[in-house]
Amino acid sequence: MNLDINVSDKDSTAVVTLAGEIDAYTAPQLKEQLLPLTKESGKVVEVNLENVNYMDSTGLGVFVSALKSTKENNSELKLVQLQSRVMRLFEITGLTDIINIDSTVRGGS
Amino acid sequence: MEPFDFIEIKVPAKSEYVGVLRLSTSGVANRMGFNYEDIEDLKVAISEAMTNAVTHAYQEAEEGEVTVGFGVYDDRLEVMVADHGGSFDLGKVKAEIGPYEQSEPIENLREGGFGLFLIDALMDKVEITSDHGVIVLMTKYIQENKVGLDDDQISTTQ
Repeated sequence: MNLDINVSDKDSTAVVTLAGEIDAYTAPQLKEQLLPLTKESGKVVEVNLENVNYMDSTGLGVFVSALKSTKENNSELKLVQLQSRVMRLFEITGLTDIINIDSTVRGGS
Repeated sequence: MEPFDFIEIKVPAKSEYVGVLRLSTSGVANRMGFNYEDIEDLKVAISEAMTNAVTHAYQEAEEGEVTVGFGVYDDRLEVMVADHGGSFDLGKVKAEIGPYEQSEPIENLREGGFGLFLIDALMDKVEITSDHGVIVLMTKYIQENKVGLDDDQISTTQ
């Protein structure tokens, strides 16, 4: 029940690869790593969620605050390779219209 | 009275135990014959309820615990999540929940407060009382004819 966070920060693009579960326990760790990346003007922050098999509203909160930060700092946030379960939460909450999410959805695991 | 099995779990009101509760939920729901999709819904809803209780305990600087009761019926699972801390303003909480509106400016987006909205969206019935601490009572019925996403068949609920 942990979350592995791997950051590959090269030039104008930072790729954040996540594996595990995003919940009340792991969301603060994610926020701590993700937010500083969005503070750099012109930066594209791509978050790969292919191996995230559980997420709840605490994860949504982190991505909303990262999105706000990109607007303030002129950077960009992109979520890619979401599992269908995780994608569903963004759909239910209406966030698919607001956050840049790659619609290529991965199957559930 | 309708017969049912009852399971009670007490965990410290700390975020590191939300995952423990999630695994317990998955075990109970799996035994009852819920399909994959509904088990995932239950995991999210119950985690949300406990996250609320943990956040509440944290704000009040309490060293409390969260009590979770599972009522296992033939056709449904009733889950009660009780936080024995102080009460909260239910009206205020209800006013804050709901989906995002596309027209809303990004600066106004809430970063929290999605928990109860998700519980409501994922469960069949939700009741909240806040007289003595906060108690969330949630019900989910077992769907007989649903096919999970993992199966090769086409789901009739899409």
